[in-house]
Amino acid sequence: MIGADTGMNFSLNRVAAMVRRYWYLLRSSWPRILDLIYWPTVQMLMWGFLQLYISQNAGFFARAGGVFIGSVLLWDILFRGQLGFSISFLEEMYARNLGNIMMSPLRPAEFLLALMIMSIVRLSIGMIPVSFLAIAFFGFNLWALGLALVAFFANLILTSWSVGIFVAGLLLRNGLGAESMAWTIMFLFLPLTCVYYPVAVLPEWLQYFAWMLPPTYVFEGMRALVIDHVFRADLMAEAFALNIVFFAAASFAFLKLLQSARVQGSLLQTGE
Amino acid sequence: MDKQSTPAIAVDRLVKQYKGVAAVDGISFRLVPGSITGLLGGNGAGKTTTIAMIMGLVTPTSGTVTVLGADMPRERYRVLHRMNFESPYVDMPMRLTVRQNLSVFAQLYAVPDIDERIASLAADLDLTEFLDRPTGKLSAGQKTRASLAKALLNKPEVLLLDEPTASLDPDTADWVRSRLERYRAEHGTTVLLASHNMGEVERLCERVVIMKKGRVEDDDTPGRLLARYGRETLEEVFLDVVRGRRQSEAAQ
Repeated sequence: MIGADTGMNFSLNRVAAMVRRYWYLLRSSWPRILDLIYWPTVQMLMWGFLQLYISQNAGFFARAGGVFIGSVLLWDILFRGQLGFSISFLEEMYARNLGNIMMSPLRPAEFLLALMIMSIVRLSIGMIPVSFLAIAFFGFNLWALGLALVAFFANLILTSWSVGIFVAGLLLRNGLGAESMAWTIMFLFLPLTCVYYPVAVLPEWLQYFAWMLPPTYVFEGMRALVIDHVFRADLMAEAFALNIVFFAAASFAFLKLLQSARVQGSLLQTGE
Repeated sequence: MDKQSTPAIAVDRLVKQYKGVAAVDGISFRLVPGSITGLLGGNGAGKTTTIAMIMGLVTPTSGTVTVLGADMPRERYRVLHRMNFESPYVDMPMRLTVRQNLSVFAQLYAVPDIDERIASLAADLDLTEFLDRPTGKLSAGQKTRASLAKALLNKPEVLLLDEPTASLDPDTADWVRSRLERYRAEHGTTVLLASHNMGEVERLCERVVIMKKGRVEDDDTPGRLLARYGRETLEEVFLDVVRGRRQSEAAQ
């Protein structure tokens, strides 16, 4: 046996190994990179032109320039953040490499941290060029939101990781039979978190559910900033508190599902 | 307890049930350090489930598995860096080159001097010219050698091999066996080898555990098994066992 690492402690070296593995995969395939940019660009252009059209015909939208584009860019952080996490995980299942990883000294927390880092890498590849296109086409500068953008981003990415962690647990437990969850689960958040409209639009009973979800606070906060030019720190703090609860719950669920996968013997057979 | 008296692998009254059906049904065996043991059995005999429990990938329903003194899967992180495996049920990522794959796994196993270790293994397993080729572009034999290189990266004290020469032509399979023999002789690695290939087991293994329907049906050296069943090859012994012929009947 060689290697001084006893495998007992958290190791950034092993996290770096996994990030390197995903980076090698990403750079080996231009369709994978194109896929990261293509759909966010299409979304941004579609909502941007729609906003342009509406603002020419309605006084409120003329005043609230950038609300739709801001919404679609923040939604993409949430959606693409989770997708980046889940796709990296799915790559292990497609490659039938999960057994190698689970049998290695890699700890679950190290694996999840590597997936989180890759979700940011993939998100950056997609979102940074699209944010510059939004400036070029519609004059909407996401970066001008400054510190507010940091708060929005932190809260959205935390939610996306929580959902990604939960989905990874489902995939471990149920194999590729649960793959569709990875692609669609976030759409449950789309109507409930009020991405494109205020929470007040929802029926009163549904508003209670909406306020249980951290992204709702972010989208409300974004509208307050863009329309009323007010940064709602209180909303961000509440979102962050909820995110801690979501993250802890998702991590707990992941460990329980992993434990269940070991009992069910599904770690070697990860097909349908 | 000194290192020699601690079994490398100890399986004690191990049971694994899936929905009430026993895939492994109360098996026990111990492997001394440095030994090479064959795990034989037909399809569904419980070999892969047994190996998965030894690796800590599957939690036993009851009974215990210890590897290098660590209770699996509870204490797996104490010993995973001292073990490795090769199985047809897992692959290395196809788009990565062999060198990229090996270097990622070497880093996961905290192997020092990664480049040197990869070069040494590549030379030993005749992989040097394929190191920068995507793993998915290799032939079956080359892939097996690359998987074997991954399994040997950390110079494991315990090596679990599940059908290591399945799907290989006889020449390549023989080549892989001779490399395994040499590696084990040089490093004193404990090897548990699940195989359907009786010739392979006869050649490599000093002990054979034969499983049937989740149970250990026989467990001895190849020579003593041949003598007891009155057979000339391990394949004949295996057929006697899986077809339920008793030793006395077989010997007549």
